[in-house]
Amino acid sequence: MSGPSIMETLFQRTLEDLIKGIRLQLIGESAFISKAMEEIRKEIKSTDLQTKSIALQKLSYLSPLHFVDMSWAAFHCIECMSSPRFAQKRIGYVAVSQSFNEHTPVLLLITNQLRKDLGSVNEFDAGLALDCLANIATVDLARDLTPEVFTLLGSSKVSVRKKAIGVILRVFEKYPDAVRVCFKRLVENLDSPDSRILSAAVGVFCELASRDPRSYLPLAPEFYRVLVDSKNNWVLIKVLKIFAKLAPLESRLAKRVVEPICDHMRRTGAKSLMFECIRTVVSSLSEYESALKLAVLKIRELLMDEDPNLKYLGLHALSIVAPKHLWVVLENKEVVIKSLSDSDSNIKFESLRLVMAVVSESNVVEISRVLLNYALKSDPEFCNVILGSILSACSRNVYEMVMDFDWYVLLLGEMSRIPQCQKGEDIENQLIDIGMRVRDARPELIRMARSLLIDPALLGNPFLYRILCAAAWVCGEYVEYSTNPFELVEALLQPRTSLLPPLIRAVYLQSVLKVLTFCIHSYLRNKSSGLFPFTDNLEGVVSESMSKGKTQEASDLPTPAQDDVFNPRISDDNPYEDLPLENNGEDSKFDSFEKNGFTRESIVNLLNLIELAVKPLLGSLEVEILERAQNVLGLIELIRQEFPDQLSPRKEILAKEESEVSKLIRSMNDAFCEELGPVSVTAQDRVRVPEGLVLEENLKELDTICGDIQPSTSSFFAPRYGERIEESLASDLQNGEDSEPSRESTSLLIEHRKRHGLYYLPSSASNDYPLANDLRSGENDRDETEDFVRLTAQSLAPKKKPNYSKPRPVVVKLDEGEVTLSVASKKPSSKYDLLSGVIQDVLQETNLMDKSSRKGKEKVSSDVPQGSKENVQDPEDPRREKSGLRKSKHRSHGKERKHKDPDQVDGKKDGKSERAREKSSHRHGRKKTRQRAEGPLNVSAQTPVIPDFLL
Amino acid sequence: MIHFVVLISRQGKVRLTKWYSPYSQKERTKVIRELSGLVLNRGPKLSNFVEWRGLKVVYKRYASLYFCMCIDPEDNELEILEIIHHYVEILDRYFGSVCELDLIYNFHKAYYVLDELLIAGELQESSKKTIARLIAAQDSLVEAAKEEANSISNIIAQATK
Repeated sequence: MSGPSIMETLFQRTLEDLIKGIRLQLIGESAFISKAMEEIRKEIKSTDLQTKSIALQKLSYLSPLHFVDMSWAAFHCIECMSSPRFAQKRIGYVAVSQSFNEHTPVLLLITNQLRKDLGSVNEFDAGLALDCLANIATVDLARDLTPEVFTLLGSSKVSVRKKAIGVILRVFEKYPDAVRVCFKRLVENLDSPDSRILSAAVGVFCELASRDPRSYLPLAPEFYRVLVDSKNNWVLIKVLKIFAKLAPLESRLAKRVVEPICDHMRRTGAKSLMFECIRTVVSSLSEYESALKLAVLKIRELLMDEDPNLKYLGLHALSIVAPKHLWVVLENKEVVIKSLSDSDSNIKFESLRLVMAVVSESNVVEISRVLLNYALKSDPEFCNVILGSILSACSRNVYEMVMDFDWYVLLLGEMSRIPQCQKGEDIENQLIDIGMRVRDARPELIRMARSLLIDPALLGNPFLYRILCAAAWVCGEYVEYSTNPFELVEALLQPRTSLLPPLIRAVYLQSVLKVLTFCIHSYLRNKSSGLFPFTDNLEGVVSESMSKGKTQEASDLPTPAQDDVFNPRISDDNPYEDLPLENNGEDSKFDSFEKNGFTRESIVNLLNLIELAVKPLLGSLEVEILERAQNVLGLIELIRQEFPDQLSPRKEILAKEESEVSKLIRSMNDAFCEELGPVSVTAQDRVRVPEGLVLEENLKELDTICGDIQPSTSSFFAPRYGERIEESLASDLQNGEDSEPSRESTSLLIEHRKRHGLYYLPSSASNDYPLANDLRSGENDRDETEDFVRLTAQSLAPKKKPNYSKPRPVVVKLDEGEVTLSVASKKPSSKYDLLSGVIQDVLQETNLMDKSSRKGKEKVSSDVPQGSKENVQDPEDPRREKSGLRKSKHRSHGKERKHKDPDQVDGKKDGKSERAREKSSHRHGRKKTRQRAEGPLNVSAQTPVIPDFLL
Repeated sequence: MIHFVVLISRQGKVRLTKWYSPYSQKERTKVIRELSGLVLNRGPKLSNFVEWRGLKVVYKRYASLYFCMCIDPEDNELEILEIIHHYVEILDRYFGSVCELDLIYNFHKAYYVLDELLIAGELQESSKKTIARLIAAQDSLVEAAKEEANSISNIIAQATK
C-alpha cells in the first residue's frame, strides 16, 4: 500500500475534526471509528512527520477513550518521539507512555532517544522524557538511564528536578542498585529551600517508607525539620505518614514528634491535615494519653459532622483505634450504632466492623439482637454481611464467646428465617458443628431443627436448603432427645420435600431411617422390659457389643493408654462421666416416651406412613434417593414380618421372631448411637504412611477410574460405614504420632479426600469458617480483659444481663493443632526487600564515609568529603558516575565491595563508635547526611539509637 | 500513590484516563466499566469514597463529569479530594471556566496539565501558577512549530517534494 497522496496530506483530518466527527456522525459510533482507524492507518505511514504525528495523535485519542488497540503503532510512536519539533515529540511521548509496556518489542529502541532527551538543554524535552520514563520504566530502561536521572536530580531547573525526583521512585522499584548512585542526591533534595522540590522528595520518601520504614529511620531529623517548618499541608500529610511508620520503631522519636503533631492538629483548618494527624496519633502514638485524648475529641467532631466523608473517616479512625483502646469506640457507640442504617454503604460497613470489634461474651447477646434487627431492615447484601459477621464472630475460636448455646441455637434458627438470608452454608456447618461439639445444646438443637423442618413454607426458599439439610441430619442423629419422633418423621416426609434437591432429599431419607430405627428399638426395649424381665441381660449384651467394638478398636493400637488421650471419640466421653450417656439415660427417657406412647398402633402407623411416602421414591432417578429409599423399605419389610397382622399379635411366634428382629434393630441402633465426633483439621497430617506404600508412584491411570466421581455435596453426612474408615484412620493417627508426617502422604490424602469426601467425616473445625470481616480478627485478644471488664460495665444496650446461672456447657475441642494459627504477618515482597537492602547498604556506606563529619557545620554541597580515606575507594562516587564509565560492569564491581563494607563497618562501629566520633570531629564533610547516618547500624543491631541532637 | 486517574461523564463516557500502575489494555477496559458502574450509581449525598478491590477510589463530581482517582487504602482521601479540586481549578484557569466540551475537544491538553500535576502517581507541583506557566510555555513552543508547518512555503515544499 502506498502512502497517502498529497491531497490526503493537505486535507488530513485533525484531532479536532475527528472529535467533532464522532459527535456528529450519523453512521453509528463504531462504524465511524473503524473508518477513522482506516484513515489513521494510512496516514501514519506517511513520510511526513507532521501527517504522521497528527495521525498518531488521533490514535492516542481513540485508544483510551474508545478502547481501540494501538500496540501496532509502536514503531510510529518512536518515530514521532524522535522528531526535532516539540509538538510532534510531545505527541510521540504521550503515545508511548500510553501504549508501551514491558512486552512491547520495540522498547529497546527508545533507550537512546530517552537518553538524548533527558540530557537535552530544553527543560520541556527533559520533562517529557521523565514523564514517559515514569510510566514505562522497565528494568533495562531503569538500569541504562540511571546516570541521566542522577544528573537531573541535581538540575538547576526546578521543573526538571522535581520530575526527576518523582521518576526516581520508579527507577528504584525496577532497579534497586540505582539507590547506590542516586540516594545521596535524593536525600540532599530534602534540604532544598525550594518548596516544590521538597514536596516531591517527601512524596518519594513517603512511598519508600511505607514499604520498609526501618531503613529510613536515620533520616528522621530531616523529616522532623519538615514537620516543624513546612507550611504546605500536602507536604505535612506526607511527612505525617512517614512518622506514622517510623514512630513505632523508635520510642524516643515518637516522644519527640507527638507535640508538633498535636500542634498541627489543634491549629490546622484543613480537614485533610487534621485527619492525617488523627490517623497518625491513633495508629502509632496512641500510648500518649494527651495526644490520644485530643485525637478522640477531633474524631468526635468528625463523627458529628454532616459531611458523609468526614463521618466515614471518623468511623475509619475509630476502627484503627479500636484494637488498642476500645473505650474510644464505646464512648461513641450511639453514633456507631446509628450509622448502621446510614444510606452510604461505606459508612454502614465501617460501623459494622466497629460493632463487631466491641463484641465480647458479655454483650454478644445484646449486640446480636441489635444487629439482627438491622439485618431485617437492610438490603439483602448488607443483611448478609451482618449475618456473616455475627456467624463468624460467634464461632470464632470454637464458639468461645457463646456462653449460652440454647440462645445461640435459637439465634441460628432465627437467622434462617430471615427472608434475605443467604448464609445457608455457614449456618449448616455451625448447626452440625454445635451438634457434635456441644452435648448440652442438643435438646435445644433438635427443638429448633424440628421447628424448621415442620414449616412447609421454608421448603420454598432455595437459600435455606443447606440449613434444612443440617436440620434433617440433626433430627436423625440426635433423635433420642426428641420429644416426639413421629412428628419428625411426618416433617421429614411431608409432600413439599419433593422441592428439595436430590442430595438433600437423600439426607432426609437417611434421617427417616435413623428415626425409624430408634422408634422400633425403643418400642422393643420398652416392651421387653415390660414383658420379659431380662432387661439387665439386654443391657449386658448391648454394653458387651459396645465394648467389644471398642476393644477391637483398641487392639489395633499399640498402647491402649494412648488411646484415651488421642482418640477423640473415646476421650470425648471422659469429661462427661457425670452426664447421662445414651445407654444409661435410655431408661429414664423411655419413661417419657411411654407417655407419648410407643404403642403397637403408633409403630404400625409409623410404618404405614413411611411406606406410603417412600414407595414412590423407588422410581427416582437419583441413585442416592433410590438407594436410601430401598434401605428404608427393606427395613420396613423386615419389621413387617414381626407385625404380620395389625390387630392380633400371635405371642409365641412373636417371642421367637422378635429376638431375631430385635437383634437386628438393636445392632442398627447401636450403630446409629455411636457418636460422630469432630475431627482435627490436622488429623490427616498425622497418619503414618503404611509400609510398602509408594507415594511417588504415578497414579495417573487411576484418573480414568476415579475421574467421574464427584465429591457429593452431602458429604457432611457420611453414612455409617464411613465411620469405620475414620476409626482406622484415627487409630493410625496415634500410631503415626511419633513418626514424622510425610508431605506426600498429606497431599495424597487431601487428594483422596477430595475424591472420596463421602467417606470422610467432616473435619470442619469451626475455625475453618471464613471470617466475613477479616479486619476484626485478632481485635479481641484474650488478654484485653481490662477492656472487657470496662465493656461489661457499659455494655451496649443494657436491656437485661444475660443469665449465667447455669455454667457454660463444655465445648469439645481437639488438640492445639485445631486452632488455626494467626496468619504470619505479610512479608514485603522480594522486590522491596531488595530495595531496602540496598538502601541500608547505602546508608551504612555513607555512615562509614562520614563518620568524619559529625561536627562540620559548613554548607551542604554535592561535593564529596575531601579528606576522608573511604572516599577514595568509594566506587559510587557520583562524579565518577558522570565521567562516563560504562555502568553495568562498573556496578557489579562496586557491588562486591559494597557487600564487604557493612562487615567492616560493623566491626569498627560496634566497639569504637566513641572513638570514631572523636576522630570524626577533625574531618570535614557533609554534615547532615552523616549525622543521620549514625543510626542504621545500631538499629539493625539491637537497641535502635536515634541521633542525639534530635532527642 | 495514585494508581490511575479517570474522568467519566455522567453518561458513562470516558473523557480521560491516565494509568500510573501497569494495567493491560484489557484490564483498563474492565476497570473503567466496573468503576463507572460503581461511581455513577452512587447518590448525591453519599461520601466521595468507594472501596474497590482492596483499594480506594476517591471521586468528585463537577457538573456532568466525575473525576476519579484510585489510591492505596492508607492514603489520605481528603488530600486526594483536594488534589482533584486543584486539578479542576487549574483546568478552569487554563480554559477559562472549563466545561466538559473543553475537555472533549482538548483532550490532549487536559492530559498535559495532568502530567505537570502528577508524576509516577505522586503530586509533583502544588502551585497553580507554576503549572499555568509551564503549560503556556509549552503551548507557545507548539504554536511556533505549527505556524511554521502551516506556512504556505512549507505546504508548497511538501507538495513539490
